[in-house]
Amino acid sequence: MTEVLLSARNLSVRFGGVLAVNGVSFDVKRGEVFTLIGPNGAGKTTVFNLISRIYTPTTGEIEFEGRKLSALAPHEVAKLGIARTFQNIELFEHATVLQNLLIGRHTHRETGLWSDIFFTPRARRAEVAAREKVEQVIDLLDLQHHRESLVAGLPYGVRKVVELARALCTEPKLLLLDEPSSGLNVEETDDMVFWVRDIQQELGVTVLMVEHDMSLVSKVSDRVLAMNQGETIALGTPREVQADAGVIEAYLGSVDDVSGLRRAA
Amino acid sequence: MRFIFKTDYVQDIRLAKHGGHHFWYSALLIAMLAAPWIVSEYWLAQLTFILIYSIVGLGLMLLAGFTGLFSIGHAAFLGVGAYTQAVLTNYGMPFPLALIVAGALSAAVGMVVGLPALRVKGIYLGIATLSFGFIVEEVFARWESVTGGNAGIHIKSPNMFGWTLDSGEEFYFLCLVLTVVATLLILNLLRSPTGRAFVAIRDSEVSAQSMGIHLARYKTMSFAISAALAGIGGALYAHKLQFISPDQFDILQSIDLLLMVVIGGLGSVHGAFLGAIFLISMPQVIALSKDHLPTVVAQAPGLQGLVYGVVLIAFVLFEPLGLYGRWLKVRTYLQTFPFYRRGTFKRQKAFQRSDRLR
Repeated sequence: MTEVLLSARNLSVRFGGVLAVNGVSFDVKRGEVFTLIGPNGAGKTTVFNLISRIYTPTTGEIEFEGRKLSALAPHEVAKLGIARTFQNIELFEHATVLQNLLIGRHTHRETGLWSDIFFTPRARRAEVAAREKVEQVIDLLDLQHHRESLVAGLPYGVRKVVELARALCTEPKLLLLDEPSSGLNVEETDDMVFWVRDIQQELGVTVLMVEHDMSLVSKVSDRVLAMNQGETIALGTPREVQADAGVIEAYLGSVDDVSGLRRAA
Repeated sequence: MRFIFKTDYVQDIRLAKHGGHHFWYSALLIAMLAAPWIVSEYWLAQLTFILIYSIVGLGLMLLAGFTGLFSIGHAAFLGVGAYTQAVLTNYGMPFPLALIVAGALSAAVGMVVGLPALRVKGIYLGIATLSFGFIVEEVFARWESVTGGNAGIHIKSPNMFGWTLDSGEEFYFLCLVLTVVATLLILNLLRSPTGRAFVAIRDSEVSAQSMGIHLARYKTMSFAISAALAGIGGALYAHKLQFISPDQFDILQSIDLLLMVVIGGLGSVHGAFLGAIFLISMPQVIALSKDHLPTVVAQAPGLQGLVYGVVLIAFVLFEPLGLYGRWLKVRTYLQTFPFYRRGTFKRQKAFQRSDRLR
C-alpha cells in the first residue's frame, strides 16, 4: 500500500507563453485512488497527457515503477500497464463494442502479421483467449446488451462505460480516468462510484483520476491533489483538501473579493 | 429474420457465420466456376477484369476503408506490379515467381510512399500520393531501357512449369483462384489483432496510440499490403491486356480505383467487389444505352466522364455507405418487413472529436 507506483517530479510544461503545468510533484501509491481536482484550465488534463506521453514535459520527470517515461514512445506507455480514458470519449466509432474492447487487448497480442494473415491455429487460440478476457470485463461492467452494437449508435452514458471497459481490457496497473462522471446523470454517476471502487478493490488497479464531481471524489478517493493555474495548492485526504483555504479561494475567490462585491445594505 | 443461437466464442470468429452464408457463397463460387461454359468469350473477359480490379480494390479498401488513409496514386502500384511482371516474364521467369516479385516490389514501394503518411493526414496525404503517382508514371515513360518508354511493352502469356496459360478460360481460372485467396487472406487479417489495429487508427489515432498501437508500424504495414495487392492486380492486368504503356497508369486510373472503393462502400470487403463490378460494367451499360439515346447526347464526347461524375456525386450525397450500404438497407427492409424504419441506419454525428480537423 505504501509502495510508490507513479512519481512525478517538478513537472512543468510550456506551450508558447503559457505555463500550463508549473513545478508539480506528486506520488501515486500502489492500490490507491488518487484524484486531481481544480478549476477549469488548472492543468489537470495536461498532467494526464504528460503521463500518456502525448506531450513531453519542458522540465521534470515522471517515473513509473522506477522507469523514466520520457525515454518511451507514446505507444510504449500502454505496455508498461498504463491505460487511460479521455475527457471527450475517444472510442473507435465505426466498430462494435466488442471490437473496441478487443483492441484493448492489443498490448497482450501474441501473434504477428503472418500468423494473422493465415489465421493459424495459434492465432485462433489467441483470439478465443482474448475474447474470454474481454467477456470478464463485459460481465464486470454489465455491457452484455451492447456487445454487438456500433459505438456510433450508443448513448453517451454507455459510451463512457465502454471507454472504461476498453481501458480495463488492457489489464492496467494504473488507470487514468479523465472526468469519468462528466455528462452522466445521477444514477450513472452512482454506478461509476461502484465501479471505481470495484476496480480498485477487486482488480487491485491503482486509479489516477481527474474529476469535478466532489461527491464522487470524496466517496472514492484516498488522496486528492488540488491544482490551480498549473500549480499545486493542496494535497491530502478529500476532507482536508475541501477544507483548505487555498482551495476554497481558487474556486470561490477570497473573502476580500467577495466582500467587495457585497451590496451596501 | 434470422436468429443465431451462440454457444461458443469460436462462432464469432468463423468466416461463414450461419447456413445462409454457406449456401450463398457456395452458390456464388459454383456460378463463377461454371461461368466459362455459360457466358460468351467477351463477357468472360469482362468478368476477368472484374476479378483483377477486385484484387486491387481489396488492397485499396484495406488502406482507405479500414485504415483511413487515402491514396490518390494507387495506379502507380498497379503499374509497378505490371511492369515488374512484364519485364520478368519476358526474361522467362515462371509466372508464380514473377508474381511474388511483382507483389513484393510493389509492397516495398508502398512502404516508401507510406512514409509521408506518418506525418500528414487526410487531403495532404492525398496530395503526397497524387504527386507520387505522377513521378512513377514519368519513370515508366523515361526509363526506356527497361519499360520501353511511351511505346509500351508487350508481355508473353503466363507460363509455369511447362504449362502456358494462353486461353481466356485458363487465365480466368487463374484470376479466380488468386481473387479467392486474396479475399480469404484479407478476411483473416480483418478478424485478427492486426486488422483491428487498422480500424483503430482509422477511427481515433490518439486513442489507438494510448492502447499501445505503434502508429507508424501499422500505417506502413497497411500501405505495404495494399500496394502488394495492387501490384498483384497489376501483374494480372498486364497479362490480360498483353500490352502495357505508361498512360494506363495515369491519374485517371488512380481516380477510377478510388471511385471503385467509394462507390462500393468504404469499410466493407463486399464494397471492393461491388465497386469493381460497377467500374467494369458502367462503360458497357453506357455503350449499350447509346443506341437508345438521341444522337446529340450519344455522340457527345465525355459522356462517360459525365455519368461517372454524376454517379459519384449522387453516392456521396445520398448513399455515403456505397452500394454495400444500399444492399444492407434493402436486406434489412426485407428482413424486418413491414417494420423497417427510415432512420435505422442514421448515425448520431460525433462532435467533439479531437482529430476532426484532419
